[in-house]
Formats: sequence, C-alpha cells, structure tokens
Amino acid sequence: MNNSLYQIIVIQFKSFFREPAILFWAVLFPILMAWVLGIAFTEKGEGNATVYFIYDLRKSRSLEKERTETFGKETGNPVKVKFLYKSKEEALEAVKKGEISLFIEEKGDSLIYNFDPANAEVQLTHLLIDKGWNKNASRSRMAALTTRGTRYIDFLIPGLIALGIMNTCLWGIGWNLIELRMKKLLRRMVATPMKKSTFMFALMITRIILSGFESVLLFLFAYMYFDMQLEGSLLALLLIYLGGIFAFSGIAIIVASRTSSSQVGNGLINFVSLPMMVLSGIFFNYHNFPDWAMPVIKSMPLTVLADSIRSIFIEGYSVTEILIPLLILFITGAITYIIGLRIFKWY
Amino acid sequence: MPVIEIKNVSKTFKTVKAVNELSLTINQGEFVALLGPNGAGKTTLIEMIEGIQSPDKGEIHIMGKTWKGHAHELHHLIGLSLQETKFIDKLNTEETLNLFGSFYNLPKSRTEEVLDMVNLQAKRKTFTVNLSGGQRQRLALGIALLNNPKILLLDEPTTGLDPGARRELWYILEKLKKEYNTTMILTTHYMEEAEYLCERILIMDKGRFIAEGTLNELTQKHGEGEIIEINLDKEINLSGISGIKKTNWEIPNQKGRIYVDNIAETLPALTAITSTQNIKILELECRRMTLDDLFISMTGRHLHE
Repeated sequence: MNNSLYQIIVIQFKSFFREPAILFWAVLFPILMAWVLGIAFTEKGEGNATVYFIYDLRKSRSLEKERTETFGKETGNPVKVKFLYKSKEEALEAVKKGEISLFIEEKGDSLIYNFDPANAEVQLTHLLIDKGWNKNASRSRMAALTTRGTRYIDFLIPGLIALGIMNTCLWGIGWNLIELRMKKLLRRMVATPMKKSTFMFALMITRIILSGFESVLLFLFAYMYFDMQLEGSLLALLLIYLGGIFAFSGIAIIVASRTSSSQVGNGLINFVSLPMMVLSGIFFNYHNFPDWAMPVIKSMPLTVLADSIRSIFIEGYSVTEILIPLLILFITGAITYIIGLRIFKWY
Repeated sequence: MPVIEIKNVSKTFKTVKAVNELSLTINQGEFVALLGPNGAGKTTLIEMIEGIQSPDKGEIHIMGKTWKGHAHELHHLIGLSLQETKFIDKLNTEETLNLFGSFYNLPKSRTEEVLDMVNLQAKRKTFTVNLSGGQRQRLALGIALLNNPKILLLDEPTTGLDPGARRELWYILEKLKKEYNTTMILTTHYMEEAEYLCERILIMDKGRFIAEGTLNELTQKHGEGEIIEINLDKEINLSGISGIKKTNWEIPNQKGRIYVDNIAETLPALTAITSTQNIKILELECRRMTLDDLFISMTGRHLHE
C-alpha cells in the first residue's frame, strides 16, 4: 500500500533529517540557548571586588595590610571582597585609574563609603558590606528564592517551547510551500489526483511530530540540568500545543499563499515572526512595555501560546483554566486556514 | 472518438490575445509538435488542455469530457512534464516516484516499472539534486508516465539538454508510441525533435496556427524549395540561371539567400557564372529548408525570437 498522506509525511521527515543544518538550528540551538541563558541568569558565579580601607590613624591598634571577606552568602550570590589598607591619596588615585570603585574611610566611630552613586553595582556592594558588618544590629535578613517556578529558567523554557512551535510552523510549513511553488512542484502535484486537504493535513501532522520531538528534548534538558518540573496538567499542555501548531500552520499558509520568491518569502516570514518574538515575552517579561501596547501584545498568538504554556508549567493550570487561550488559538487557526487556502496559489 | 478536441478556443490575458479562435482535433496515438516563438501561445494552449487555465471562449473535450466536473477522471488520463522541473533536493529518484505514485494510489511496484522505462534504475538511490539535466528530465517523464496516461503533455522536454541526452529521451518516447499507443503533444524549439518524433507539426504564431502538416508537407506547401546562402566579393548578375524562385539579399547581388527548386541543378550554373564574371566565392552553404527558414518565410521573424 502506498498511501499519499503517509508518503508526504515521510518525505518531510526525510528532507528534515537529511539536512544536518536544519537539525542543528531546530533541535540543538534552542537547547544551547536555554543552557547559556539559564546559566547566565540563574547561576551567577561568585563576584569579586577590591575595596580600599582608610584607617583613622588617631585610633591606636594593630594595623593589617590586607584582608579578604565574603558577603551575601545567604543570597546564593556571594561577593568576595578584598580589603587593602591604604591612604586617602592612594585611594583617590586608584579611583581615577579605575582600579577600584569604592573606598571606605574610618572617621572615629563612623564609616564613610565613597563611591559614584550612578554605579548601581557598587551601590549594591556597599550595602552588602554594610549589612555584613552590622548583622547583629539589624532586624532584617536576606533569603534566596530558589524554589521552582520562580527562576529565570522556569520563565524561559516555556517561552522557548512556544517560540519553537512558531518557528517550526512558519519556516517548516511556510518556507517549504514557497520552495515547492518555486520549483513548480506544487503545480506538478495538483496535476495529479492528490487531494489538497491531504497535502496540508500531512504538513501539519509532520510539524506536530517534529515540534513535539524538539519540545520534549528541550524540556528533558531543563528537567535534568535545571530540575524543572511540570506543575500543571499534561492534557492541558498537549491541547495548547496542538492549538499552537494549528494556529501557526494556518498563519504559515497565509504567509506562503502567494509568493514564489525566496527573498519575499524570507521577508514575509520575518515580518510575522520577529515582532512576536520580541514582544511576546519569550525572553523577558512583556509587562515592561508601555500600557497602551498591552492589548496588542496580549492578543498576539505567540503571547497567548507562551503565557498558556508558562501557566501550565509554573502555576499548575489545568484544562479548564486554559479554555479561552485554547479557543483563541483554534479560531485563529481555522480562520487563517480558510483564508489561506482560498487565496493560495498552486501555480 | 478523437482523444483531444479543441473547438474555437480563445484566451485573453489583460490585453494580449494569447490564444485566438483555435480549433484542433487529435486522435489516439498521434504525436503532435507545437512549434512557435516565445509568446506564440503554446504554453497557454497546453495549460488549457492540462486544465489549469480555462478558456474564455470555446470548448476543450478530452476523451469526450470537459474539465468542469471531471477533473478527477482527467487527472488520471493525463501525464505531464513541465519546463525545467526541479524536485525535492534531498529525496532520491525512487522516493520521488513513490511520492507521486501515491497520489495515483499506485503500488510501489509501479515505481520499478517506470525506473526501467526511463532508464534510471542505476540512479534510484541518487538524490534528485545530484541528477544531471538529462536524468532530471527523464525523471520528470517518469512521473508523467506513472499513471499509464492516455495523453502525454510535454512542455519543452529537452530544452537545455545536450544532444546525447536529448536522443535518449526521444528513444523512450518512440517506444511509448509503439508499445502503448500513447497520444502526445509536445512543445519544442528544436526542429529535429519535431521531425523525429511527430508526424504532425503545428506552427503557432500570435495565438493562431499558421501552418500544419509533416515537415515535408510543410516545406512543399509553404517553403520555397531549397536554399543557397552565398557571400561574394563583388556583385553578381544572375540573369540566365534557371530555377531561381526568389532572392533575399543582405548586400544586393552580393550576400544573401537564393531560393531554388533544386540545388543540384542550379549550383553548377551558379559556380560557372562566378568564374566567367571573375567573382570570388567567400562563403557558400546549400541546404534544405528548415522549420526556422519556413517560419521566416511565413512571418519574417525567427522561431527563437
């Protein structure tokens, strides 16, 4: 038996796996990105700082030349400070040369912290030092938030999964269609008794499988390396995933419906995907954008998808809580499919 | 019953009349060549037969059926190969045939038969991107043959191929005609191709057929016999030579074409006169009329324009 649905899916897979570059960009690159960003924003290494200390020489005691002390251990983000005992002239000169950005002057019983107030980092260092030295006098304590769901990586992974779904559809389906049209293969195919609906359905099934594979790999990596967990319902995740694929494959068909030029196609795909990638809060929370932009941002399919996936992963949402986003995605898919197929040029 | 029947078909694109009141009947087993310069309306005509363009006026019947309401059946009857077909790069020959075979619900054993027919067994595992031009056109023909079509539509199947690759394709088509009694319409720029494969040649210009017949019939009916092309060092006086039908000079009485009834009779007289008039022959070419010459004599333009 030589079934056409099966054949179209198989050829999609073959051309995917026979192109090592696609494999790298679609599968390994997101993992690499998650790894780099995850480390960069979650596991900061020990910080270092050099601070000059100027003694009040009127007080009599034994003087040290240098001393090293670590502050902020309880934050999981400690800073190791090396104190060098110098004169005020030496300190001012070192500041000018950029060797230090903070020096502490002892005046009787008080300590004077000298630094440039515009430098946020040194401001933080001075607070850490001050807090460290006054541990017993203060009521306040610091505690690091390291529980799951509050780290940057927990924010990032669902976003990357959503981004992967968008990209696999726009490039995998959209670009594919443009290329087939360019090669006149679409025209050749519609001259056979092939059913157009079978063809489009096969493209979508392929993406469901391929993108599923990419997403699972990405999650497995985050699970093993960062101990990320799925808090919500697996069924909800599966449904929203299918909704995302459906919506974005519909969008891909519209994007690819007319052009047979690779430059125009490239431009169109970027025109659709780049604004969403920037605005939909994949890498950083979109709440930093101005209020007037919120309705637009929140109605973007990628925002809907990323927020839903995030809620399921972090906040433990179930199917009933994602019904509205699910509906939005499926309606988007249905409308774009209908319009896309109506204006679609096979030759 | 004719296989293809075209009645008074017209098709206009914006202001250009691509096909103008054409009628044509093609019978089972006929091989028909459509010749004409670019823009003559060949591809539009083929596309209307193929069903991807519909005529503004007139009717096209294929095995007695029109495209309206019979698309599915007609897709099963027709096999076609487009100009310069490309395939999915990283699929091999066999997989490409299997894919198209699946559209016709054909078993994979059909792929084997077609690989034999188009002589691509040795290249079955080669990615299509690595096939040569000739192999790629044979694969395109193989796809056209998958469903055992009654009608083959080939749009410039050998354009850009070297003579060897072109001949190989001709042999395959010749065999089809003998063994399967396939009906074929082919567009081409090559006269030898039309002459070798087709008993009927239709010359198209500006959306109309301007001549029809075998090459011999065409040259007899429309041609001016045979041609002597000549280039001399000074003017010649041709009076007294018999058998000259017409002359077409680039430089008057010095460089150009002399149309004659029979080269064998006229040429000796011509060379004799050059020696008596003390004229030196710089270039001389004698030949039968080609389709291009025929086209020039009918329209004043070249086929390849």
